[in-house]
Amino acid sequence: MTYIKPKFRHPELPKNKIGFAKADYEGAISTLCGGCGHDSISGAIVQACYELSIEPHRLAKLSGIGCSSKTPTYFLSNSHGFNAVHGRMPSIATGASMANRNLIYLGVSGDGDSASIGMGQFVHAIRRNVNMVYIVMNNGCYGLTKGQNSATADIGSLSKGGAENHYPAIDLVGLALELGATFVGRSFSGDKTQLVPLIKAAMSHPGFALLDVVSPCVTFNNKPESTKSYDYVRAHLEATATIDFVPEKEEITVNYPEGKSAHVELHDGSVIHLHKLAPNWNPTDRFSAVNRLLEAKMKGEVLTGLLYIDPKSQDMHELENTVDQPLNTLREEELCPGSEALEKINASFR
Amino acid sequence: MKPTNIQDPEYFHKVVDCQYACPAHTPVPEYIRLIAAGRYTEAYMVNWESNVFPGILGRTCDRPCEPACRRGRIEEEPVAICRLKRVAADNKEEVRHLMPSIPERKNGKKVALIGGGPASLTVARDLAPLGYEIHLYDEWDKGGGMMRTQIPAFRLPESVLDEEVDYILDLGIHTHFNTYVESMKSILEQDYDAIFVGTGAPRGRDLDLPGREKAGTNIHIGIEWLASVAFGHTSKIGKKVIVLGGGNTAMDCCRTSRRLGGDEVKVIVRSPFKDMKASPWEIEDAQREDIPILNNMPPKEFVVKNGKLKGVVFGKVAAIYGEDGKRRLIPTGEPDVFIEADDVIIAIGQDNAFPWVERDLGIKFGKWDLPVVDKTTFQSTLDRVFFGGDAAFGPENVITAVAHGHQAAISIDLFCRGESVYNRPAPYTNLVSQKMGIHEWSYDSPVVADKRYLVPHAEKQVALSNRTVEVELGFDQPTGFKEAQRCLNCDVQTVFNTSRCIECDACMDICPTSCITFTANGEEEDLRARLLAPANNTSQDLYVSENLPTGRVMVKDEDVCLHCGLCAERCPTAAWDMQKYLYQVTKATPIWNISEQSTI
Repeated sequence: MTYIKPKFRHPELPKNKIGFAKADYEGAISTLCGGCGHDSISGAIVQACYELSIEPHRLAKLSGIGCSSKTPTYFLSNSHGFNAVHGRMPSIATGASMANRNLIYLGVSGDGDSASIGMGQFVHAIRRNVNMVYIVMNNGCYGLTKGQNSATADIGSLSKGGAENHYPAIDLVGLALELGATFVGRSFSGDKTQLVPLIKAAMSHPGFALLDVVSPCVTFNNKPESTKSYDYVRAHLEATATIDFVPEKEEITVNYPEGKSAHVELHDGSVIHLHKLAPNWNPTDRFSAVNRLLEAKMKGEVLTGLLYIDPKSQDMHELENTVDQPLNTLREEELCPGSEALEKINASFR
Repeated sequence: MKPTNIQDPEYFHKVVDCQYACPAHTPVPEYIRLIAAGRYTEAYMVNWESNVFPGILGRTCDRPCEPACRRGRIEEEPVAICRLKRVAADNKEEVRHLMPSIPERKNGKKVALIGGGPASLTVARDLAPLGYEIHLYDEWDKGGGMMRTQIPAFRLPESVLDEEVDYILDLGIHTHFNTYVESMKSILEQDYDAIFVGTGAPRGRDLDLPGREKAGTNIHIGIEWLASVAFGHTSKIGKKVIVLGGGNTAMDCCRTSRRLGGDEVKVIVRSPFKDMKASPWEIEDAQREDIPILNNMPPKEFVVKNGKLKGVVFGKVAAIYGEDGKRRLIPTGEPDVFIEADDVIIAIGQDNAFPWVERDLGIKFGKWDLPVVDKTTFQSTLDRVFFGGDAAFGPENVITAVAHGHQAAISIDLFCRGESVYNRPAPYTNLVSQKMGIHEWSYDSPVVADKRYLVPHAEKQVALSNRTVEVELGFDQPTGFKEAQRCLNCDVQTVFNTSRCIECDACMDICPTSCITFTANGEEEDLRARLLAPANNTSQDLYVSENLPTGRVMVKDEDVCLHCGLCAERCPTAAWDMQKYLYQVTKATPIWNISEQSTI
């Protein structure tokens, strides 16, 4: 029995700008089933954080309950973490973000954790535009309890036992667009070339960034007739655009052909380059995104890529006009400015 | 790149770096696992089948396997393969009954072996079980050749040497010791069906400098002097000794001098220290015995007064490396240095010498007066005469001589049976899955982080007082086990089945050393630069799959794969499997069945 990961790493592993190798962003060895899509997403998160040169202590990973919510153990061992009650991760993230706005919040959830037990929490985090990345590892089933259909399973999709799903699926992406989410993307665990830049862009977005990642459950939901299987997704994959994320102040080295490309500049100077594949779609136009999404649904396509981004997004802190610094750094004189200040405030109401 | 052809017996062989680097291709991981299992006798026999002298080589091998060891590429030091071989030899039980029996009825063919060293003895061992009548000629009174005359007893005890030489001589070999063959013609005139020449490189180089002739008996030729010590003809040397030369013979000469009365022994080399030819561990052993090594000092003159050697004058040089990479030793202009000496030993190399082979017999000689010998068959231009060991292509080492011996034996057998000597047998190969369960392999897959263990040495004072006291004591069994566990089991191969892969990336994500990448195919140079970790070691192959459904290919850089099996454990469809690859050089006759004795 070997559930031991050797400590040796490639001796020539490259280092990022702050001197860390990719191995420095790894976590414990995964206990999920071999071939689980979730592990690929963990790998993509590691890759994205490495490429963005994030200092591990500047990031907090939060999760609920389920196979997906176990994954934060398997990446970013040197970051903060909180494993919440089932479906309650958004509240914890909201509170954490309120208390310390300086951290990068990475929420990891699953289709059960978000679309069933945690639906109430999920929609309010969107509504408040909490500054976080919210990754849903979406496999359409309850893998931890042996593969029952979840609320995101498509109509007609076959489970491992061959039973057909009769209920319509909750489309988290459509829901988020409807609720006014400021960053909405969908991807596939088996496509890291798309997933890694999407995660990087999401991490740079000020506000709630939803990434619904189709992540096949190899053990309980990988029959070719399941719409969340490797085979089905690969056969029906349709991307809005190929994505390239260029962090702030980095030279743009790729040439993008005119007409078919779009650039979205983020608040920190980063740029998302999109080489558009989908016609009649504009990444900053919510209406075109909804249309394109519905169109794909009718055709039975799995539409992936960045679907919508609001470059003018204002997160919860801006909306609430909160203090600029984390609460735990506020000293007594700032928290308790004295009777003179109180007098001034009272005077303003008179 | 084209998909890798794993049907090619050499592909996976190359992945087993140690075995590939070994001239005799000894299945190293196989015997290391047997040592870890405490099955020393079988571990010994795996070696004996392949390299014929496990006890001798476990002490004295040049160890080409160790610099090749993959462990050396992922941490500092390779597995102590050579010393593990000795563990097998030291701890084995009776082995004679496991060795091939010799048929009572001979096959009617006679073979003469000239020289009793490792090459000839290997030929003897491989041919005797086939019923050949074998006659071995040697000028000394015992077999072993240079292993006896040039390797000092403090590195190789005589008992170990006798034991392993006797295993072969006891296979019914007719020995003609104390017989210096003076004429090849006289051998050819006898009724031998084939003749093998394994006479080594017996001529030590001399140094023709002013004073050389007058100094006479206080100047010695390294290998001749070592032989004279080995046979007890020399038992003393002066207090101050200079050894000229930087190879392993020089190391043996200086250390032997320390044991025969040399109090101030110096090794002096003409070139930089780092260019010394001696194995690093032999240099270390010499330094541990308080022998300074002075470099960049070419000798100029032997100083003799009143007919007695007083010392040597040395110049001072610096090594300059030209743009062509060639080294030039340029005098620095510093004054010459005189170093006192009672005796000087010249150990600057050795050459082949065939004064006994008449040049009108049809045996052609080429460059450097070496015989013209086929590199595959070891046949000379006279079809029934074969050469091997140092005699064939110049000085190498014991394990190379053994490898030559195996191939020459095959040629001799083919020749005597009237078949073409080019009709060579393919290697024996076998590739078998080691899967026992979901996370279970038949081999010990976890990779231990231990650093290389040190071999204990005899106390210096005791060692220096007697030239027959062995310096290295070898690993005890518990340390041998721990060192054996450092082996990465590189013979357990990662075998990829394209049709089963669902491209879930699990293997790529889990691989501790980032060996596996799924990417678009390309030319080798381009691919090497695009992998997860740069594949800069071009001596190691890329394992490329056929096209996958997404149009990509799986590319695995074999360089620093730990053979931990995690890729195969995480693979949901068993597209990866860990399969043990046994590669065995086919011998003239089956000697011992490795696969039946394997631990896995």
